Amino acid sequence: MSTRTDLPLALLSAVGLLAATTGTFLEVAPNRLLSGSALALWHVPPAMGGWVVLALWCWGLACSLLATKRGLSIACALLVGLPLLAGAGAHRLLADAAVHTTRIQLGAGFWIMWLAAALLLLDRLRGARRVVQLAIWTGVVVAFVVAGWSGAFADLALVREYAAQRDVFATALRIHLLLTLGTLGLALAIGLPLGWIAWRRRRAGNGILGVLSLVQTVPSIALFALLIGPLAWLAQHMPSLQALGFGGTGAAPAVIALCLYALLPVVRYTLAGLDGVPRDAVEAARGMGMTRWQVLARVQWPLAWPVLLAGLRIVSVQAIGMVAVAALIGAGGLGRFVFLGVGQGAIDMVLLGTLAIIALALLADLVFQAALMLTERRG
Amino acid sequence: MTIAGRGAWRIAWPCLALALLLIALPRMGPVFHAWMPELRAPVYTRTSFVALTAAHIGLVGMATLIAVVLGLGIGILATRPATRSLLPTVRAVAVIGQTFPPVAVLAIAVPLLGFGAAPTLLALCLYGVLPVLGQTVAGIENVSRPALDAADGMGYGRWRKLWEVELPLAAGPIMAGVRLSAIVSVGTATIGSAVGASTLGAPIIEGLVSNNTAYVVQGALLVAALAMSIDAVLAWIERYVRRGLV
Repeated sequence: MSTRTDLPLALLSAVGLLAATTGTFLEVAPNRLLSGSALALWHVPPAMGGWVVLALWCWGLACSLLATKRGLSIACALLVGLPLLAGAGAHRLLADAAVHTTRIQLGAGFWIMWLAAALLLLDRLRGARRVVQLAIWTGVVVAFVVAGWSGAFADLALVREYAAQRDVFATALRIHLLLTLGTLGLALAIGLPLGWIAWRRRRAGNGILGVLSLVQTVPSIALFALLIGPLAWLAQHMPSLQALGFGGTGAAPAVIALCLYALLPVVRYTLAGLDGVPRDAVEAARGMGMTRWQVLARVQWPLAWPVLLAGLRIVSVQAIGMVAVAALIGAGGLGRFVFLGVGQGAIDMVLLGTLAIIALALLADLVFQAALMLTERRG
Repeated sequence: MTIAGRGAWRIAWPCLALALLLIALPRMGPVFHAWMPELRAPVYTRTSFVALTAAHIGLVGMATLIAVVLGLGIGILATRPATRSLLPTVRAVAVIGQTFPPVAVLAIAVPLLGFGAAPTLLALCLYGVLPVLGQTVAGIENVSRPALDAADGMGYGRWRKLWEVELPLAAGPIMAGVRLSAIVSVGTATIGSAVGASTLGAPIIEGLVSNNTAYVVQGALLVAALAMSIDAVLAWIERYVRRGLV
């Protein structure tokens, strides 16, 4: 292999080609509980579509031998085209199906090709100007929204599952967000003062961090479970708490446990942020006659804030994932779809919950990245 | 003595707690009965706690081993000059992959492999690779330029440089990645009981389903002790690696 070979394009095209030729593109299941029979790419109705996909991957492989960097258009075409092809295929297959409960599911081959296309686009856009990056990603998202709006994906099992459970899904999403935000709020309310104490008194700080990192090693489900006993006891002996919805299972142990996990990053990053504030700045402010609180509010906090933001990014992504586990102790949220679906063997339901959780985590990551970028630019 | 002594104690106490729980819990029927008299079976007996712990450790151990082999392999490959153009893609996979919640990875593995230990192992491996991979890349990237130049000046070949300079200097971060990978695996393996894997999560899940808080507490205590034990042992190895080779 010559050193000129465009390795990312070659590798991702090879993966895509392999998934296209050996993977399952769609699965046809008689109903939502039975597993389906596999359909390869070229057996999916608009047969032309399958050949175009194959040709695009081959073209990518060929282009990887060229000296110039190609593949941007291939990535865009596949990223948008693959779901459209799957949607169109599902529509035709359903029209021919004998049983009206038939479900058309996306196969592993589809997911692998789609991921490869997304990674390729990510790689091609690296080094491009931020405006170009933003424009292309926005274009992809808009294409999806327009296609989804006009019903291009309506016959895929995943979308049908969502349509059937729209209200339940909306409630679950709201609870998931509320639990996450509640965790973040509580963790900030406790973590910020703790971080400040840890910064003022190093010995106490080491102790706090030690205890919190010990908590961090305990698996989330175990911590949820360990809180059930004490909280049930509290609720039994304090009826006023019970009236507030405070019981052994449900949201209370979930938020308390999640907050315990979130405290370590919050305290650690608050500490790092305060450490990063230049001594001169603090002394200058003191010299100007500011009180300790004024220094904290007007000098230390604004300078430490970007570091804390980086910590909050980790906390929110982690919390969104852990709230999913909290469904096991009856806290609700998107995890309910996952565990109910696993229990019933309903794959579409599992995927609906899982994809929503992943999308939420990625979205939170993006939001905090954007916020970080904005504060950096202003700073 | 003091540092070594404190280090030894730090590994010893979680392991002692785990051993104590394993011995005591099966005999604590009367205690749990006194606490929750309404329960007919106050101690989980379907599978012995020792067997569950062994299965849990086996699953996590195997997954971590595979994750280390894959993560190190890909990490080393992506930092070689010839294949360096893959580095941004590899890094993107490691970073984006870690925003995926472990539960999601577990749930995706079920339709592929059915119920039982197999999907749990796949999820543990897939997810476990990411921290090892990320830390391997970061560790090798952070090896100081002068160290590499010195190795070049002494006429080290490519492989010798990797083996005697880059990997030893990156060993600390890599070990931190292994530790993180193992700890996440302990947690995910626990949830794996929800999809039929036989681990220490079994008493927790069964207790939650049948409203038996005693089972839940027993499973949770054991899992917590196991996680802390594994973390303590790996932290000790990490410290040894960092001190011994830097």
